[in-house]
Amino acid sequence: MAGSSSGPSLMDSLFQRTLDDLIKSLRSATAISGADSPSLVLSRAVDDIRREIRASDQTTKAIALQKLTYICALHGVDISWAAFHPLELLPSPIFLHKKLGYLAASLSFSPSTSVLPLATHQLRKDLSSPCDPAAALALEFLSSPAASADLARDLCVELSSLLSSTRPRIRVKSTAASLRFFTLYPDSVRVAFKRLVENLECADQRVVSAAVGVFCELSAVDPKSYLPLAPEFYRILVDCRNNWILIKVLKIFSRLAPLEPRLAKRIVDPVCDHLRQSSAKSLVFECIRTVFTSLDGFDDAVKLGVEKLGEFLASEDDPNLRYLGLKGLSMLQPIHLWAVEESREIVVKSLGDPDSNIQREALHLIVRMVSDANLIEISTILLNYALKSDPEFANEILGEILSACCRNFYELVVDFDWYVSLLGDMSRHPHCTKGEDIEHHLVDIGLRVKDARPELVRVARDLLIDPALLGNPFICRILSAAAWVSGEYVELSRNPVELVEALLQPRVSLLPVSARAVYIQSVFKVLIFCLHSYLEQDGAGPLVTRDPVGGSQMSESSDAVMFEISSNCSFDSRIGLEGKDNASNVQRAHTSNDSAETKGFLTYDSLKHILDLIEMSLNPLVECSEVELQERARNILGFISALQKVQGSDFDEEGFRRDPRNCKLITVMADAFLEDLGPVSANAQGRVLVPDGVSLRDDLSDLDGILEGERLEEPSSAPVFFKRSDQLSEAQEEDLPSLTESKSLLAEHRRQHEVYYLPKESSEAEKEGYPRANEAPSSVGHGHIAEGSIQDLIKLTKESLGPRRTKPRPVVVKLDEGESVPTASSLKSVEPRDDPLSGVVREVLLQDGDEPTTSRRISSGNPSRRRSKGTMIPRSTGESAPHSDENLGDLQKGGRHHRSHSHRRQGRDGAQSRPETEDRGEEGKVSHKGSHRSNHPRRHRRKEEAEGPLNVIQQAPPGQDLLL
Amino acid sequence: MGIRFVLLVNKQGQTRLAQYYEYLTLEERRALEGEIVRKCLTRTEQQCSFVEHRNYKVVYRRYASLFFLVGVDNEENELAVLEFIHLFVETMDRHFGNVAHFMLEEMVMNGCVVETSKSNILAPIQLMDKAA
Repeated sequence: MAGSSSGPSLMDSLFQRTLDDLIKSLRSATAISGADSPSLVLSRAVDDIRREIRASDQTTKAIALQKLTYICALHGVDISWAAFHPLELLPSPIFLHKKLGYLAASLSFSPSTSVLPLATHQLRKDLSSPCDPAAALALEFLSSPAASADLARDLCVELSSLLSSTRPRIRVKSTAASLRFFTLYPDSVRVAFKRLVENLECADQRVVSAAVGVFCELSAVDPKSYLPLAPEFYRILVDCRNNWILIKVLKIFSRLAPLEPRLAKRIVDPVCDHLRQSSAKSLVFECIRTVFTSLDGFDDAVKLGVEKLGEFLASEDDPNLRYLGLKGLSMLQPIHLWAVEESREIVVKSLGDPDSNIQREALHLIVRMVSDANLIEISTILLNYALKSDPEFANEILGEILSACCRNFYELVVDFDWYVSLLGDMSRHPHCTKGEDIEHHLVDIGLRVKDARPELVRVARDLLIDPALLGNPFICRILSAAAWVSGEYVELSRNPVELVEALLQPRVSLLPVSARAVYIQSVFKVLIFCLHSYLEQDGAGPLVTRDPVGGSQMSESSDAVMFEISSNCSFDSRIGLEGKDNASNVQRAHTSNDSAETKGFLTYDSLKHILDLIEMSLNPLVECSEVELQERARNILGFISALQKVQGSDFDEEGFRRDPRNCKLITVMADAFLEDLGPVSANAQGRVLVPDGVSLRDDLSDLDGILEGERLEEPSSAPVFFKRSDQLSEAQEEDLPSLTESKSLLAEHRRQHEVYYLPKESSEAEKEGYPRANEAPSSVGHGHIAEGSIQDLIKLTKESLGPRRTKPRPVVVKLDEGESVPTASSLKSVEPRDDPLSGVVREVLLQDGDEPTTSRRISSGNPSRRRSKGTMIPRSTGESAPHSDENLGDLQKGGRHHRSHSHRRQGRDGAQSRPETEDRGEEGKVSHKGSHRSNHPRRHRRKEEAEGPLNVIQQAPPGQDLLL
Repeated sequence: MGIRFVLLVNKQGQTRLAQYYEYLTLEERRALEGEIVRKCLTRTEQQCSFVEHRNYKVVYRRYASLFFLVGVDNEENELAVLEFIHLFVETMDRHFGNVAHFMLEEMVMNGCVVETSKSNILAPIQLMDKAA
């Protein structure tokens, strides 16, 4: 047999294996390895094909290519090396060979395939072939992903003539292919658009179907351009009986209707007719979708849609319909939330559906039903349900609760004490992976809601003190937030000593460095607070008189109310000054009394205990290789040693209290921590004026020159820790004693917080006997919600309308309107459309390809086209003004989740550009050329060219008959 | 584009037919097929036929040991796609052979369903068989 280097022999042709043979051998090759392994069979087959495909015999070549195509499509073998061979088969007179050539090309080529241009000539020949199948093959290839812009450019004239072909099959295929041509080569619109529009009225339903399909895709990208075609679409909507076509037309209308209120009015009846009469669920569902998303201003239509949707929801035996029923409900605009509430029983029941997709939809809907009145109950029950769910769904539930609560600055949350303790409970959820969100909420509420701080501190304390939580990597961020809260608002803590113990407990070493750094800083804050209040609690008089500076600073920082509460002396007068809101003052007074009581227990001994504990726990960190830890530990220890230095050797109670230098030192530190951290607007930096003489825009090109001389010294400025590496071995030697030390610390901690440790027996078996925080409780059942909790939920959601407020909502600090806190919900709603088609099609149909995308997007929001049309038809805002405005308003108010942004922008833009567009509209009435003076002269000119054929429709004002 | 891809996968998760209506590299295809197959094949008869995946959704249906998976845009009508799958299967039933790609080509272009009549789909294929 001929070697692989020479050409294929006769033997190859005679004994060539067919595709069937190949498939059989591949499927029988089951062994993982050895002579029969699939990969070996595959590589042998490819070797064979490499030889066979060079045969001069067309049949051998065709079979080889067929096998190659199979291998490429199903086994992912790269066949780019064979790119030329499909082209060899394209001109074949044998149709099967031609077909195989096209199939191989359309499956394996990409627009960047280098030999693609070589196909142009053959494609042109086939397109103009009188033989249907050949032309069809060429059209199919041109609408495959392999087609390139160059091909579309070179062949669009041929396509255009086929669009009005008398051969039905060719007309269908060319109509469908035109979409690809338009997206690849926008200018082809000029040649082919008119005929495509004509095909909407073709007698052959298949042609109409293809044309509607094309417009459905085009209108998804830029609906406004197709408003003039509304009469054609309307005719199809009313006359057509083909469900496939109707579904596509409905999709088109659901995009057009929001742009033109009168259009919505016109189509609502035919849509409802279909909704009532059709027996096809697919069409019924499409009607429901259209009504819910685009015709939501028509109550009767919505009611009908909800009624029909009930049939979907009620279909016990078809999960598809149940799923779509829930999907349909979630499409309802907020003003029609009543419909969701009506079906709440089914929705809540679906939470226990065996299908996780249905569960998920149900969850979204339940969260939508949440109001400030039922938030607490629903959240609590959902949280309980999360305990019984699998980890993935449990976290989805947690995420939904969190985003419902934080929506628009916690607008649903009335009782922040409840919410804060809910966050605490969530943190203890065995599968919780929402640490980041919870961390953010804890800190955010601390900053924004003063009244929530006491409870926040309590929750943080409970989290910090539990040693079991420290081992869970998912909640270390929550612990870090808890530590920060405890340090920042330490004056609200009932027992600062306990707090220091919790922050310094041995298992803290399990936390990541970032969290430990926060812990240490919080220890510092707590320490300063303890020292300061110890000095104040009976030496208050001398301290205040001795240090008027500190006192005045306190009263200056008006935000630091909480801190002032802590100082007994000024607390009463402070309340008097601030007495605006009685209720909150009572509460504040109450908490401050508590903290005053607590401080009563601060004795010299407990101070000494804190100091000793800090020294013992932080001393090892002085040698830590993590700079953050090392530095912060040194800060505290440095401060303590400064105190001791002042004190000298006799560190006794009396001396400590009397020494003015001590007081000075402590007060200075207390003042340093006094400044209350408030929320900062995201735009704050932008509002800072640039001082005169500072030029921010100059580039720093000369910086290199300036630094030239210093470059050599650069390495020395990097932190180098010689000392540590020297002491490394020493430290290792000390490892043993430090280990025993930590063991004794652990034992001590255990003695004090027995509650949190496992009983002795089990802890003996396991050295560090903490229950794993992530361990599921034994009661966790899989999947199904208990009947009871479903009933509870049903009951609760029933009450969701009733306003029920037990206590006044505390103030939530918000900054200016522009503040954008990236909450989960806002992130979800920003959903950029990255349809690859959009950019190109926008260029074609709005004709401003030379503008950058961003400005394009804005001008797409400028409804100038609609406006100018509106002025041609006797004043849309004049005649039917109240109605249309109302509709638009509704839309803007309650825009669908992911659309709300663009709607809002449209509204704003429209308002700004109104005078201008009105002018333009009047000019447009006189002559079309008036539009050349618009902002986008190029865009308008090109549009006229492109839609030239449409001028007929435009001059007899588009849609006028339809709309009036 | 309405339909993004059509996949036929057997019970073991091996792809039996793959047709894409947008260009993906071989690696992207492999990754996509792996993810989707894993997601869909683990589902039971009692669960619905729609799976959301990344920014699109997959409508699937099982016939005997073969899964038909169709990737569509989020706005596409799920039930219509199910009907389309059924149509495809019925057409294959009527004319079984190694011609699935050709049939799909008759039915779908550019991700749009263009042919919904079984005899229209089969006519050119039968013609081709005669020619061969």
